[in-house]
Amino acid sequence: MHYSQAGLRESEYLSLKETLGREPNDLELQIMGVMWSEHCSYKSTRHLLKKLPTKGRRVLMGPGENAGVIDGGNGIGVAFKVESHNHPSAVAPYQGAATGVGGIIRDVLALGARPVASLDGLFFGSPESSVHDGIVGGVGGYGNCIGVPTIGGKTCYDACYEGNPLVNAMNIGIVDVNQIVSSCTAKAGQSVVILGSRTGRDGIAGAAFASVELKEDSKESRPSIQIGDPFVEKLLVEACLEMRDAGLFVSMQDMGAAGILSSSSEVAAKSGVAMTIDFDKVPLRVSDMEPWEIALSESQERMLLIVEDKNLPAIMAIAQKWGLEALEIGRTEEGDFYRILWKGQIVADIPASTIGSDCPIIPWAEEKPDLEARWNCPVELSAPDTAGEVLLRLLESSALQSRESIYERYDSSVQTNTIVGPGSPVSVFRIEGTDRFVAAVMDADPWSCDLDPDRGTSQLVARSCRALSVAGAEPAGLTNCLNFPSPEKPKQYWVLSRCIEALGEACAALDCPVVSGNVSLYNERSTTAIMPTPVIGTVGVFSDARNLLKSGSWKAGDLVFLVGWHEPTLSASVYQRTFGEIHGGRPLAFMPERERAFNHCALATARSTLAHSGRSLAGGGLAVALAKEALHSTLGVEVDLRCVTSSNDSATQLFGEGALAALYAVPAEQVDLFCHLWKEIPHCCIGTVGGTNLTIEGALSLSLDSLYRAFCKS
Amino acid sequence: MKTSVIVFPGSNCDQDVIRAVSQTTGYRVEKTWHGESSLPDSTDLVVLPGGFAYGDYLRCGAMAAASPIMKAVKRHAERGGLVMGICNGFQVLAETRLLPGALLQNDCLHFLCRSVKLRVERNDCAFTSHYTCGEVITIPIAHNEGRYTIDTEGLARLEGQGQVLLRYCDVQGNWNSASNPNGAMNNIAGIINERGNVLGLMPHPERYSDMLLGGDHGRRFWTSIQSWLEGGRQ
Repeated sequence: MHYSQAGLRESEYLSLKETLGREPNDLELQIMGVMWSEHCSYKSTRHLLKKLPTKGRRVLMGPGENAGVIDGGNGIGVAFKVESHNHPSAVAPYQGAATGVGGIIRDVLALGARPVASLDGLFFGSPESSVHDGIVGGVGGYGNCIGVPTIGGKTCYDACYEGNPLVNAMNIGIVDVNQIVSSCTAKAGQSVVILGSRTGRDGIAGAAFASVELKEDSKESRPSIQIGDPFVEKLLVEACLEMRDAGLFVSMQDMGAAGILSSSSEVAAKSGVAMTIDFDKVPLRVSDMEPWEIALSESQERMLLIVEDKNLPAIMAIAQKWGLEALEIGRTEEGDFYRILWKGQIVADIPASTIGSDCPIIPWAEEKPDLEARWNCPVELSAPDTAGEVLLRLLESSALQSRESIYERYDSSVQTNTIVGPGSPVSVFRIEGTDRFVAAVMDADPWSCDLDPDRGTSQLVARSCRALSVAGAEPAGLTNCLNFPSPEKPKQYWVLSRCIEALGEACAALDCPVVSGNVSLYNERSTTAIMPTPVIGTVGVFSDARNLLKSGSWKAGDLVFLVGWHEPTLSASVYQRTFGEIHGGRPLAFMPERERAFNHCALATARSTLAHSGRSLAGGGLAVALAKEALHSTLGVEVDLRCVTSSNDSATQLFGEGALAALYAVPAEQVDLFCHLWKEIPHCCIGTVGGTNLTIEGALSLSLDSLYRAFCKS
Repeated sequence: MKTSVIVFPGSNCDQDVIRAVSQTTGYRVEKTWHGESSLPDSTDLVVLPGGFAYGDYLRCGAMAAASPIMKAVKRHAERGGLVMGICNGFQVLAETRLLPGALLQNDCLHFLCRSVKLRVERNDCAFTSHYTCGEVITIPIAHNEGRYTIDTEGLARLEGQGQVLLRYCDVQGNWNSASNPNGAMNNIAGIINERGNVLGLMPHPERYSDMLLGGDHGRRFWTSIQSWLEGGRQ
């Protein structure tokens, strides 16, 4: 077999040959082709990701393990990670999305954590896209059955995702810090056990499939698709947690990309032990599988356990109770080799440390695209004449319309800990059995990142930290999913590296370290490439339910305040995308000092319970924020914006985005304290809650009914 | 009050019921594994929780209906013991014929998770004595197969004997197709057997038993049962 048939580049082949001191055999070439694929090796981004800040006051475990963990207080760890399942979802929407959810749940489980909440970032060409129904169904189908609530997420529509849909699944788990399981703790002389489903021919070499551009006729990629069984995964979760509680394994790893091979070699390499896996002992769905198929199968719902021999009987007993198969398939030894036995012969023998790492980095050529031209290019807009008409058009646009028809297909309240479910800027759940709470927000702004990767990405981090702060949760860490097109095109690679750099800078500036993440490249076809789409899931923790400041909870008579620096732009805004042919202009600069000052006051506002409702401005700007607050509160408001000094025209003032600002509804008796708290930051009272109309003096007056009809139009 | 929650492989609301019942009543709640052939001694209330028992791959509740513990649950019901099946548990009760009718796929053809209004049709049974008759309460549903269906005679019998305990309705308590989330016949959300000791319902009272979670209209199911049992009624 020629190395290129295995997907290896010449430099990679030569490096492998040098490490082995001999010609690799066909099986070795095949397995290294997958292990050194982009998906498994991060060879295009590893050096860039090293720059991300990964440590912080609340970080218990950063990147490197199956998920990151932050300190939830009281000895509890909050584990979380987001991962893409883009390519499989493009080919088989339901199964691709379902196994994306299943895969990230196993990642969190591998830390010994109980998966307690999911969020999902979905990107489609349009609501009518042929994969829309299948992907939404798959996310719900898996999560609902396994009984992990889907509490939030982000859905975006843009023509660039037609044919390149993105499915980013995030899961959050809860674990006692003393029970965190590591994949680095195997020792020589222990048993390697496979638990769960049998290994079959599904998802063979899916990781390699995810590392190239999608073909126009992707049906032939069907064998690369995994099939999910959430019922088995539910049993797997319960069995693994029961084994954890009984202290029966020393290390655990989920089987995701590149299946048995990746999970076992990773444990060996990270733990510094050698390992021999006997493929004759692996339980198979079909008996005639070849060793490379067994190594690379991505059959779902399997876990790898490292077990001391004395605990094997107890492991088997728990597996049997849950109706799962558990079999010893190998052993750990002293040394640094990874061997595969098949029919009594050693068929592959590679240093364990080589398999999961050592892949030569590819610093692709980069070239700065002409962003200035787009910043300076005027965008022709044909918006309706009246602000009222504009607002209704924005509310009914696919960018802003209610996502209820999506999230009502997800069980958001199972496990009875969801405090704020989908449909709000921030989702909140209670940590089981405690009075502590976790708040999470998933966000993306590919349009801004497209115009200015630097500002777009840092603003994205700022926006999610701002939303958490307004809700009363101090941002503790984030996970990121970097969805990009091919890195092999110099302009695209430049954008990718700028986004990662800006992500790192913004996270450092806002003290919100990156604790886990995933990179998905090659999201393009011959006709379209996706925009740069970093998706972030930001998590914060707080300790008293009274300190949660909800959105959409106005009370009649409340005074509505606009706080912050309301200097928005139409660049990349929903307004511009709705009424213009292109998006252009330059997103606003990230101002870390202002962000920190704002977040400080926002957290203090929530903790002092000075407001009934809070919402930071986002898509659609001030007018849409007012409309959403009014709709969710089922109360009107009369607003006068004359006190808001601004050099902007009225469209920018009402519908511009990117401003570092928020709306608060403050009861009259708290106004003095509220103003005192925000004295260092611009703030002014813009209206009073009441009635059944949203009125903005001199601009628009619309009934709640008409707003509702636009927003919930389906 | 001694409650036993049956755990099938694939149950996923067992823990939620345990928490709601124990927090509301103060009594400890036991779990009983589906492979057991008997219930814990002196069990008063058996709850079949929501979830996807055995993955629900054959037909919702069909496999669970054949599990060993269900024989004991049937004996418990025949003795007059209280049995409550929530969501998937209702589907199991229909499959075991402890309750008539069947739960088919929602008429919207997909899973639905939302809060719904329910009208409590009776308060003279073990499960709802702390509600008023005709009271409108809010409780979440979360199911793909909740469209209650039964033959015409069966429906007439249910209605005639007052076995419909809960109906999907609007804020005023009116029931019609607009207030019917899944296409259930006569907006039926929950029914009891003729003897009144077995309840099946699609909504999840355990999810609205704590104001922090958005509502507590489900709590009075547990307090009603507790009062009923403590009153020595069988």
